[in-house]
Amino acid sequence: MSFDIDITCQLGDRRISVQFSSGPGITALFGMSGAGKTSILNMVAGLLVPDSGHISVSGMPLFDGTRKICLPPEKRRVGYVFQDARLFPHLRVRANLRYGSKGRETEQSAMKIEEMADFLGIYHLLDRWPRNLSGGEAQRVAIGRALLSAPRFLLLDEPLASLDAARKEDVMSVIERIRDDMKIPILYVSHDRAEVERIAAAIIEVG
Amino acid sequence: MPSSEEADILILSLKVSIVAVLMILPLAFAFAWILARTRFPGKIILDALVHLPLVLPPVVTGWLLLLAFGNNGPAGRWFAHWLGLSFMFRWTGAALAAAVMALPLMVRAIRMSIEAVDRRLEGAARTLGATPWRCFLTITLPLSMPGVLAGLVLGFARSIGEFGATITFVSSIPGETRTLPLAIYAAMQVPGGEHMVTRLALISTGLSMGALILSEILGRRAARSMTGDWRHHVL
Repeated sequence: MSFDIDITCQLGDRRISVQFSSGPGITALFGMSGAGKTSILNMVAGLLVPDSGHISVSGMPLFDGTRKICLPPEKRRVGYVFQDARLFPHLRVRANLRYGSKGRETEQSAMKIEEMADFLGIYHLLDRWPRNLSGGEAQRVAIGRALLSAPRFLLLDEPLASLDAARKEDVMSVIERIRDDMKIPILYVSHDRAEVERIAAAIIEVG
Repeated sequence: MPSSEEADILILSLKVSIVAVLMILPLAFAFAWILARTRFPGKIILDALVHLPLVLPPVVTGWLLLLAFGNNGPAGRWFAHWLGLSFMFRWTGAALAAAVMALPLMVRAIRMSIEAVDRRLEGAARTLGATPWRCFLTITLPLSMPGVLAGLVLGFARSIGEFGATITFVSSIPGETRTLPLAIYAAMQVPGGEHMVTRLALISTGLSMGALILSEILGRRAARSMTGDWRHHVL
């Protein structure tokens, strides 16, 4: 079992409730904007604490309301790619990529920065500042930063939303390669039906 | 060229002001962080206390310092006993008075900078394995650095001009506590001191202008850093 999730959370006057378990590969969370998809990812990442329920990934409990388990984000071994890339503006691309591999034991699966940069086609960007990157470049750097932290699973929040058609295809094929090469569970949020049908093994409707 | 007496006054003033802002900086940052990031009952009281030296008559601030840090004051006895440090009629007391007067300005500048830090970046750092402490050191602190620098400059300018609390707390002792403003005041009291007053006032004006211009430049760079990298410009 990759993701085993059953959570509820009250955010203001909005109630977010989702329950699913899924196998290997990509699990897509599909639904309208504002349905709470990003909030669900934040709860899996540990940035938001659910009111009740449980979250476990590959058999490892990350949150359990009844057993009072709630790992802090830094202990969850998550690779989170945010919708807005969220690169650190005061660090060059290389330092952004390196951020997650410091202070966390890198396993053999973790690639070196150069290999990763090659894999993502961002080698020529390593010495740039984040503000000098296009949307597609920033998104690929964000994916590289997440992967280099040797995550046990990936959370991708609409990674294609801010990109034009040509860039979409680039990033999409990168995600497919990650799915096929690295074999780690991926939770993928999108509101685009065609997108999720192309890459996901399971589709969970939200909202 | 300033005479050697004027040079001594200038050096004493610089020493007092630099020590004042550097020793109060950690406290100013802590207050700024608490005010920017935490919520607790009575926060408004802390906010008011921090800003008190800005609006209190300086002579009152000086008198309160005298009560607390005088040789018989509770804080004064503590410092004398544990650190062997006394403030009465010494330049260290002038630095303490300057630090207290500079504190509100420094807290304001740093607090604004901390509030401008995108907290989602801190969340991103945590998911990348950073403990809260590492996240603070590598994300929050560097991103709020423009405010820290602006706070240092503003605090320094305020310290250089400090008069009321200083003269109340540690009096005006030549070579020990008689900083620029106190020396100007003293020169005005003696016949034929006009020349000295003019020269010291010119030095004082130059220092203040320099500090204001520097803080304005830092402020503009801070504004630019919100959209991208600040080290391009600052370093």
